[in-house]
Amino acid sequence: MSVTLTTRQVGDVTVIDAKGRITLGEGSSDFRDSIKSLVEKGQKNILVNLANITYIDSSGIGEMVSGYTTVANAGGKLKLLSLTKRIQDLLQITKLYTVFEVYDDEAAGLASFQS
Amino acid sequence: MSAGNQSPKPVAELVLESSLESVDVAESHVIAAAERAGMSEEDVFRFGYAVREAMVNAVVHGNRYSSNKSVGFRIIELPGQIEVRIEDQGGGFDAGGVADPLAEENLLSQSGRGLALIRAFVDELSVAPAAGGGTAAVLRKFVRAGTESPPQVSEE
Repeated sequence: MSVTLTTRQVGDVTVIDAKGRITLGEGSSDFRDSIKSLVEKGQKNILVNLANITYIDSSGIGEMVSGYTTVANAGGKLKLLSLTKRIQDLLQITKLYTVFEVYDDEAAGLASFQS
Repeated sequence: MSAGNQSPKPVAELVLESSLESVDVAESHVIAAAERAGMSEEDVFRFGYAVREAMVNAVVHGNRYSSNKSVGFRIIELPGQIEVRIEDQGGGFDAGGVADPLAEENLLSQSGRGLALIRAFVDELSVAPAAGGGTAAVLRKFVRAGTESPPQVSEE
């Protein structure tokens, strides 16, 4: 199964509920296109919910970083919500926990955009 | 670590085409071998992940999806460990020439994390020129039944 990306608007924050796999040729480009489309629409506060992501490879990790940069360059912020233990490990190994703001609680993640 | 006098026993020896489907095939073989060997669920995941990344390197960066090139794939089960060899027919690869993805200035790079993740998830990794050209990667993981081996996180 590839990735399914569902967006919903909560105030001025766009939440992307991601489900499935983000891997080379199987979801990476979907993720990239989704972020690009949101930024082009002027949506700059993006919270990516990874609770239902079952697998992400280095290509998928690269797309998340690329998305982070794309949003930042547009003057916004991309943050992460509800990482699984395995994704936490991947961010630890790649030191990306120093890059991404990560939240376990959606309300806290949403509120962080107001500060 | 050397296999010593033990007789290597290939449990899979395949010539795979340069496609992402081959990545799936290789991963499934390794997962099956790791489960047979009694690795913990997390170690099975990590070994499969590492092999997947190494296969992507061979297919995408080595053979560049060429239909004229193949990937040699072999799994050998040894007492207490599994060895996987992945050999491409690309133009060669200098692992030392890869920018450190963990360096501050490279953290926002889109690519370049594959080798770091492989190293974190296996006990031994060697990447060397293959005899017939191309690159051979050998990944080794020890069996620790019922326990999890921590990922090899670089602490600098």
